[in-house]
Amino acid sequence: MTQGCAEFHKVWRVGANIDTDALAPGAYMKHDIEVIAAHCLEVHRPDFASAVKPGDVLVAGPNFGIGSSREQAAGALKQLGIAAVIAPSYSGLFFRNAFNLGLLLLTCPEAERLQENERVQLDLKAQPEVKTAQGQILTCHSVPSFLMDMVSAGGLVNVLKLRMQLLKN
Amino acid sequence: MRKQIESPLARSAPASGATLAQKLIARAAAQSHVNVGDVLTCQVDLAMFHDSSGPRRLKPMLADIGAQIWDRNKVVLVLDHYVPARDADAEKIIRITRDVAKEWQLPHVIDSEGICHVVLPERGHLKPGHFCVGGDSHSPTGGAFGTYMFGIGATEMLGVVATGEIWVQVPQTLRMVWHGALQKGVCAKDMMLHMIGKFGMNGGNYQALEFAGDTVRGLGMQERMTLSNMSAEMGAQVGLIAADSITRDYLKSVGVSQADIEQCDYFETDETADFQRFDFEASQLSPQVAAPHSPENTKAVSEFAHIKPSVAYIGACTGAKLVDLRAAAEVLKGRKVAAGVQLMVAPASAKDQAQAQREGVMQILTDAGARVLPNACGACAGYGGTFEEGATVISSTARNFQGRMGPASVQVYLASPATVAASALQGHIADVREVLA
Repeated sequence: MTQGCAEFHKVWRVGANIDTDALAPGAYMKHDIEVIAAHCLEVHRPDFASAVKPGDVLVAGPNFGIGSSREQAAGALKQLGIAAVIAPSYSGLFFRNAFNLGLLLLTCPEAERLQENERVQLDLKAQPEVKTAQGQILTCHSVPSFLMDMVSAGGLVNVLKLRMQLLKN
Repeated sequence: MRKQIESPLARSAPASGATLAQKLIARAAAQSHVNVGDVLTCQVDLAMFHDSSGPRRLKPMLADIGAQIWDRNKVVLVLDHYVPARDADAEKIIRITRDVAKEWQLPHVIDSEGICHVVLPERGHLKPGHFCVGGDSHSPTGGAFGTYMFGIGATEMLGVVATGEIWVQVPQTLRMVWHGALQKGVCAKDMMLHMIGKFGMNGGNYQALEFAGDTVRGLGMQERMTLSNMSAEMGAQVGLIAADSITRDYLKSVGVSQADIEQCDYFETDETADFQRFDFEASQLSPQVAAPHSPENTKAVSEFAHIKPSVAYIGACTGAKLVDLRAAAEVLKGRKVAAGVQLMVAPASAKDQAQAQREGVMQILTDAGARVLPNACGACAGYGGTFEEGATVISSTARNFQGRMGPASVQVYLASPATVAASALQGHIADVREVLA
């Protein structure tokens, strides 16, 4: 994820209250993330996992990621190459998990104005914005800088690696 | 009807005092006072993880970052999600978990003896005043002990086991104050379903819930645990209850030494602290049922009399503790479940099951027709042993998301263990108050 906003991202739309069982179905939890990702959101959109492309964005209604602590819910989206999730609100637990895995979440009160298949640009400045092809600008809540750094680093594991190296030196 | 029960008093108290949540975080962050919204690094007193979220994920990541467990005495590992193994994949996960437990020389491993949130306090691991994390979303259960405990994912757990620290943003407190006595047959699960119905699945907005008032103070520890447990379904980070003499008695009963009990911090919310307060009248609460496919689809039990379950499930950390088994047995004593209903009981811990056995509770349940399942997460986690295509289930568990406990066609209604038992008896979703009358 770069700071630049030139890139256009294709929008996939889902509704409100998308739960972790929909993102990472329990029946596949004993498998690796590749298998879980292949079933991501199939209860709502059987076409999603097979057709989504790296760099696409997922746009949802409120309360995205409610339910379990299983971080595979965020991991599956990361595995599929989702560049960002854009929704009015998230489960707090999912929010932490997503950033820990390096998945960007944008809290956007007007997210639901975005349409399926639309192309949007992301401007990740202090007050992030989603820009539509028609020039509409949707303002998002600011993301604490340590969480943006976590996304840039590719997740908490990489942050911890650096910390461990510093401790050894 | 619901309108009459609660009268939210959005009050603006002077922000001079501190909430229970603020005091717990201040202690863990070694600060004299913390403000709502502050982001702080806290020292973790205890980290709990299980066979799904734990070793199989943590071991490779710990090796990858070149770290060791910061303090193995502060780690508790519970095997509850994949036990007993149903297939080769589950067997492999359990084997890895046991091997890693040996390799890491973990002193606190609880293997196939019950569900993490129930066995953790049962073994005296939760202490009032402590700051704890769990690799499971129902970790807010620990809040019943005046402990700041919340759920985290495996990668964040890696951070905790490597450093002993975690960041937290000081939450606002939504204080749920319950007054008066619950009617016979109505219990903590009904209180919680009612609150989730009122505030919604994310109504807690990752803030702190606190349960207070004379109704809550009158509840035993396991009923309090049910309230804290389902704070997860309201989207709160924690569900706290100030520790009191009932907490102390429980700690004593599970073998915590008097010296350790005295050393705990017994924090309470100052009346002058800044919190949102909501009042509820316990005596007006009827048994509650949440319809498929969300815990927030809650209505009074009378709305569901036409639903005829094929399965009645008493299980999970939420709804199969000793107190829950007793409640079901009170309903089913000397009776048999209706034809066409399969009653399944998965006691939440071996210890609770043994006590239920001694009290004759297990006998009552099996005489009524119950099939007793292992002391594990079972169908609730959805990892195996789930329900069949087209099943209609009334369940004492916490979540009824579509596809969680079986195929998408499965319809799960959530209710208290007493309501599950009454419904099994009548062959339709039934009002336990009528059965007990």
